[in-house]
Amino acid sequence: MANEKGVIAALIEKHQQALLSGWLTSLKRASRSSNADSDAATADLARQFIEQLRKGTASNSGDATAPEWAPMRELLEDFSRSRAAQGFSPTETAVFVFSFKEPLFETLRSDGGLSAEQIASQTWAVTHLLDQLGLYTIECYSRTREEVIGRQQQELLELSTPVVELWEGVLALPLIGTLDSARTQIVMENLLERIVASGAEIAIIDITGVPTVDTLVAQHLIKTISAARLMGADCILSGIRPQIAQTIVHLGLELNVVSKATMADALALALRRSGKMVVDRAKPTAAEA
Amino acid sequence: MLIETGETRPVRNSDDVVRVRQAVRARAVACGFSLVDQTKIVTAASEIARNTVDYGGGGVLRIEMLRDGQRRGVRLTFTDQGPGIPDLELAMKDGYTTGNGLGLGLSGAKRLSNEFAITSTPGQGTVVTLARWK
Amino acid sequence: MSEIPILKISDCLLVSIQVDMHDRLAMALQDDLTQRIVTDRARGVMIDISALEIVDSFIGRMLNNIAAMSRVLDAVTVVVGMRPAVAITLVELGLALTGVRTALNVDKGLAMIRTIIDSDERVYADRDR
Repeated sequence: MANEKGVIAALIEKHQQALLSGWLTSLKRASRSSNADSDAATADLARQFIEQLRKGTASNSGDATAPEWAPMRELLEDFSRSRAAQGFSPTETAVFVFSFKEPLFETLRSDGGLSAEQIASQTWAVTHLLDQLGLYTIECYSRTREEVIGRQQQELLELSTPVVELWEGVLALPLIGTLDSARTQIVMENLLERIVASGAEIAIIDITGVPTVDTLVAQHLIKTISAARLMGADCILSGIRPQIAQTIVHLGLELNVVSKATMADALALALRRSGKMVVDRAKPTAAEA
Repeated sequence: MLIETGETRPVRNSDDVVRVRQAVRARAVACGFSLVDQTKIVTAASEIARNTVDYGGGGVLRIEMLRDGQRRGVRLTFTDQGPGIPDLELAMKDGYTTGNGLGLGLSGAKRLSNEFAITSTPGQGTVVTLARWK
Repeated sequence: MSEIPILKISDCLLVSIQVDMHDRLAMALQDDLTQRIVTDRARGVMIDISALEIVDSFIGRMLNNIAAMSRVLDAVTVVVGMRPAVAITLVELGLALTGVRTALNVDKGLAMIRTIIDSDERVYADRDR
């Protein structure tokens, strides 16, 4: 299965223009969308691909992981990334590479300068190479999608656990949904950072929206409350459901923090502690109204 | 599991303890640890380093970067040829101290680490190994 | 003389720990502070640790010592500016700062010292009536 050094490379060099136009035609046929910009970009990429293929096949390597193929891999990686970011499917991305087989085989067959045996062995060599390159684009694509998902998860995490300033010096952290260990840690660290940034001495942690609390999460809560105290702030827990209260007692956990049934109660306490008082305004008299 | 890189540092006096903290911090950062995880391993290192100086008569620290598949970690091995610890179980109890300390060095460092091991032979010395993974 | 400057703000002393402390420095600081509490008749000691990325049991012991000595000299000790990562690590380490009050920053620390001193004086004033 030796890639006779230079056969393909020479072929590509000889028929470069024909290969390019043949390929672009079949790509255009296959693609769903069509606009001048993306056409130009595709044409440019196709040109670069052919050039890299020529260079790579001129070297003695039929192995796409070899260093001689590094520029080609880079080209495909960039291509894959941008396709992934644009939301193309991995198949659409790989088809770009695989679809080059058609014009290349056609050229091999019709060139006339090769024996039947050469055509056969070169066809195999080229198939093997393009398969590797096509699969490589799929791999790059997967990696990119994973990175995007990771970033989105991070953003979702930050969005779903906002720390709000209820009043000057009073922060509230309304926790929603089930808490796993990793999420709780991040959320808690975020709360402590906000305490420092805002100078708030009271933080209300509300767990009305939390269906269950297990030992690990409870421990994180307790550690966060201790850490806040060490820093010079204090926490009030609010919104403990009856089931959670039972779990806490059942697990023998010492919460060691003031807890109120509702966030409203917790806010009232926080305001009192801050030396604030809420009063009714005097009702306007008939004359003022 | 691979040991990617390593360095050895002397731990003979309190200036070395400061340098140990800086070196461990640098490794933790290179490993991609979060700020809290960095703080935990540097604090654990500080505790054991001080023990090595105060009770072990000085020793050495080996810092290694580990890789296990996708996971990366930092491993610290403190070795001294000091008097050793006769009762390890007692030494690992919170609050136990033979000096002026708070007695939190060993037990605290263990709590701050993912992996912790200690061996000691009275009259020969002590080896403390701790590791934290990302 | 320790290399750490001690500032006087009315009847309080303010120390800002910026550097990685080693033993000699810690001892010198404790000595200097106790000396200054007496000479300046300070009622409050504020230790700003906002620059510290690490607080281990050695520093913890130093803070506890300073608080204990201050109390004997009738001064209140407040530690301010503890970073979140430090606080989380101290909780995990199991370190308790005994006799040390904490506040988020220098302003709140001063206010806290004022409140305590004033309430003390009120206690004495009531007694003397």
